[in-house]
Amino acid sequence: MHGLINRSLQCFLRDTYGVTVWAQIASAAGVGVEGFEPLLTYDDSITETLVATAALHLNRPRDTVLEDLGTYLVSHDNLQSLRRLLRFGGVSFVDFLHSMEDLPEHGRLGLPDLDLPDFTLIEQGQGAFRLYVTPMIAGTGHVMVGLLRAMADDYGALVLLEHGGQDQGREVISVHLLDKNHADGRRFDLAAAER
Amino acid sequence: MQILDGLGLSPASLSQLMPMHIGLCPQGRILSLGRTLAHLLQGQDPIGKAFLDVFSLRRPAGLHSAKDLQNLPGQRLQICLRDREKTEPLRGLAVPTAQGGLLINLSFGIRLIEAVRQHALTDADFAPTDLAIEMLYLVEVKNAVMQELRRLNLSLQGAKVAAEEQALTDTLTGLRNRRALEARLPSLLAQGVDFGLMHIDLDFFKQVNDTLGHAAGDHVLRHVAQSLTIETRSSDLVARVGGDEFVVVLPGLSGKERLGQIAQRIIDRVSQPVEFEGKLCRVSASIGLTLSTGYGATEADRMIADADAALYASKHAGRAQARFFSALG
Repeated sequence: MHGLINRSLQCFLRDTYGVTVWAQIASAAGVGVEGFEPLLTYDDSITETLVATAALHLNRPRDTVLEDLGTYLVSHDNLQSLRRLLRFGGVSFVDFLHSMEDLPEHGRLGLPDLDLPDFTLIEQGQGAFRLYVTPMIAGTGHVMVGLLRAMADDYGALVLLEHGGQDQGREVISVHLLDKNHADGRRFDLAAAER
Repeated sequence: MQILDGLGLSPASLSQLMPMHIGLCPQGRILSLGRTLAHLLQGQDPIGKAFLDVFSLRRPAGLHSAKDLQNLPGQRLQICLRDREKTEPLRGLAVPTAQGGLLINLSFGIRLIEAVRQHALTDADFAPTDLAIEMLYLVEVKNAVMQELRRLNLSLQGAKVAAEEQALTDTLTGLRNRRALEARLPSLLAQGVDFGLMHIDLDFFKQVNDTLGHAAGDHVLRHVAQSLTIETRSSDLVARVGGDEFVVVLPGLSGKERLGQIAQRIIDRVSQPVEFEGKLCRVSASIGLTLSTGYGATEADRMIADADAALYASKHAGRAQARFFSALG
């Protein structure tokens, strides 16, 4: 698994539950407290162990932990650069949904060795979509539910999201767009603020 | 409208395809203008005005009349807004139209990011076929990756410095170790720097270890290390090279008198009893000295061997004293 993914898990646990909790989970999962380097690659089993250990330690269902991770990736102040990169996907939430299919390619533009889930979007009409995700670990779809919910907020769209279980090895998310202009959403300037 | 008859495109359609185009009639007046260029002109209405009144050509230079414009097709263009000639030029290409006019299409080129910021451009200002948004995306990805690389490099650099420091340090006393000495001596000799070298061996250290235990011995070694640090300069190399053996290298010091004084001060300090858990530990120090003059760049080993010989002469002469190797001669 790419270090970037393990690193996001680490930052999510650290920023949400504090350094001490992260240190406890890391230690229980056999990971050094310094965690992961985002540009290195780690054995896949480490990610699985870390997620399972976090759910156990936090006494929360695995799916909820993963969904919170997805929300964190878009909404936390420390990850504004990721939110910006996702917003480049389109000017509306529907544009963004369609851009999910290009997400792995977009990721590889920056990090050629980055593996991301594969997405297939089926438009069913009247604001209904089904998004198929090839999981990287069991429950990847729940990360996407959290991420899509936060992105809908970001665009100011009102959506109903539901994890629809498995279908031939892929996880299915149903998306119902109720109102694409429900709220103002967050501002997105094409050019990043000058450093 | 006339320039577009061949394809039947309205200026609005053309503007969607090419939001930064300029359509000119044969007289060099503006017939049509893409919406992004219109945005850049900030409310001016340039339709019907002479192209050269609204824009200026930076490349090719020397074109001043509408007639000159017929030379534009096939050339690389750099065009500025007339009232803002200090801003970065747009780049583009002109092609002749069937009606004898020109169709010019422009782009921000490499200055895209600055332009987006300066003119608050949005997704709608670019044609969907334009890769401008992808370029902006790539720049942000690149910056994020570079930032991570820089952070990783700094942390690796820090770890490398710490590991090197650790590899050259004696863990018990915090002094340098034999590896550090073996790395430093040949380079000092190669540089031709004059220096003095002391080989120090503790007297009666074995008795302390045997009667008071290893903890007392370690305490004494740390105390001796402290004494050596106090009696030397920070630029000197002080290394523990064996159980109770130390080497001090003093760059720039090659006077026997001065080195002899330092050696004596070390002996005096080390000879003071050290208290450990209520008991007094007594050791002293025997020292052999040698000077770098007379050794070639590859003779570090001989230099240490000579200091060692001088040290044993000190031991045989009754301990707690210092001798120079050359003095044996």
